[in-house]
Amino acid sequence: MRRQDAGWWLLILPAFLLMTAFYVAPIAQVLAISFTEPSPGLGNYERLFTSESVQRVILTTLRICVITTSLALLLGYILAYKIALASEVTRRWWILTVLVPLWISVLVRAFAWVTLLRRQGLVNNALMEAGVISEPLQLVWNEFGIIVGMVHYMVPYAVLPLLASMREIDPRLLAAARGLGASRLTIFGRVFLPLSMPGLIAAGVLVFIFSLGFYITPAILGGGKTLMVAEWIGLQILDLIRWGLGTMMATVLVVAILATLAIFSRVVDLRRVFGSGA
Amino acid sequence: MSGTGHALALQGLTKRYGSFTAVADVSLRVERGEFLTLLGPSGSGKTTILMCIAGFVAPTAGAILLDGKDITPLPPERRDFGMVFQGYALFPHMTVAENVAFPLRVRKLSAADREAKVRAALDLVQLQGFAERLPRQLSGGQQQRVALARALVFDPALLLLDEPLSALDKKLRAELQEELKALHRRVGRTFVNVTHDQEEALSLSDRVAILNHGKLIQEGAPAHLYEQPRTRFVADFLGKSNFLQGEVRESVPGGFVIGAGATRIVQAVAENHRPAHGSRVLLSLRPEKITLMSEQDEADNIVEGRIAAWSYLGAGFGLNVETSDFGLLRVALPTWRTPIAPRDGLAVRLGWSAAASVPVMEDAA
Repeated sequence: MRRQDAGWWLLILPAFLLMTAFYVAPIAQVLAISFTEPSPGLGNYERLFTSESVQRVILTTLRICVITTSLALLLGYILAYKIALASEVTRRWWILTVLVPLWISVLVRAFAWVTLLRRQGLVNNALMEAGVISEPLQLVWNEFGIIVGMVHYMVPYAVLPLLASMREIDPRLLAAARGLGASRLTIFGRVFLPLSMPGLIAAGVLVFIFSLGFYITPAILGGGKTLMVAEWIGLQILDLIRWGLGTMMATVLVVAILATLAIFSRVVDLRRVFGSGA
Repeated sequence: MSGTGHALALQGLTKRYGSFTAVADVSLRVERGEFLTLLGPSGSGKTTILMCIAGFVAPTAGAILLDGKDITPLPPERRDFGMVFQGYALFPHMTVAENVAFPLRVRKLSAADREAKVRAALDLVQLQGFAERLPRQLSGGQQQRVALARALVFDPALLLLDEPLSALDKKLRAELQEELKALHRRVGRTFVNVTHDQEEALSLSDRVAILNHGKLIQEGAPAHLYEQPRTRFVADFLGKSNFLQGEVRESVPGGFVIGAGATRIVQAVAENHRPAHGSRVLLSLRPEKITLMSEQDEADNIVEGRIAAWSYLGAGFGLNVETSDFGLLRVALPTWRTPIAPRDGLAVRLGWSAAASVPVMEDAA
């Protein structure tokens, strides 16, 4: 028995070593640097409470993430609802349409949005020609641009867990509610929405956590004016060579993600969020 | 929760899906307070008819009338019919009480009224004390009762049941059949039930409508359908039946004689239903109406044969008797009145009276 157990452990040993060497060790080092550079102590973490720029980055990130998550959930819910109630063939086409953006590089998509949203971009030109506006709107290199790009990226991630959850709902329940006299709105509010709630929470957690560490999209669509946490960390470490401050923020990010997961693991089956089980 | 139910009428109800006809020109009346069962094999259109009555399926042609008023265009949520779905369709995220209160909440009843009615409905199905449970914490039979309470709590004009007992095991099914019947008597409402289980149909219903290939084949009280099947299909689907085919040879007082090979069979018949001389007729003979005869016994009809197979069923014996002119005849005998010990190859005399069998029509192709 013992011997067999040892055998199993040997089997996963390579993976374990790989994870330790390339994943756990660097994170441990990040943690270590945050407490030692430039001088040992809690100096870097003190900045969380004293530095206005640090607080501003965190608040901006949280604001953008909350807005992104809400919008992605709203759009994702509408899409998933449509898809869940569609016929088998239509459903396959819809899912393909939702998944296609996932296969396009995030970089390409970010630049595509820049082309669309910049001052002489398609959107501004169209609005000007239609006479809706006289001056080009500032649609990019600010929070608005970041949110547009991020929502676009996140919607598929919201759709998938939502769809999984909605397809588990027995259509006979909706028919039963109708037969018992409920209007469409009541059926949605009292039956469909509560039953799709696990999917909604799962999608929310997934999108929110994903958004927290977003780098490329905010970097390109924010144009360096609106900083989110990931870009700020890059700036500290690569440009300002302030390793201590950068790693401190990275640690905060990791802790925030773990905390979010810990809270929601009590409410929802996390395996559903990451696509296994269910 | 008392009072009379409402009367329902189907007039020329037809439903086509492309070139496939699911329901073909079915006309049917369900009287006030009646328990009607739509009985048929799968694909007979019985569920489609129920869905048309419920409003989930729009008929291609024909009308549905409730107390003489055309309700065909009404959507299901405005028909005010209670429905027990196949598999019950209880809301899994609501407690028993919330499930039962759902139709009341939708109708915007006050909390106090809701509570009183929910309690009365749960009393009706004997589920007091289960109000705070979730459906998944209940057994199949209990879930079925919740579904009934939910369908009856708002005093619906009609209760529709879609194979309400099919998900249960045999013993429980028999128990709930009794309960359903008692419930129907207590609430006095009009029930329309759909099933493929002929025993359930016979034991529950005031009237049964037998369907096949979307057509209404015959309707009537259970005993009438069983004793006087009009077609081979009805005789075969409702219980078991032997079929004797022969040619009309002569007329006798109160009946006629058919011949098949060397055998003569006397069949009783009403005077105005005499078949033409020489025509081919089909008789349905129930296995339990055949008795075992000794050498001296007399009967209107006597056929000899040999036991080809037999089985002991506790309450009775089932024999398959090979005969020269009618092939295999199925015979059901009560155990305690079977004078012989059946064994394969044993020669037996079978007898039945002229009124035991009934002429039926071949099914239209």
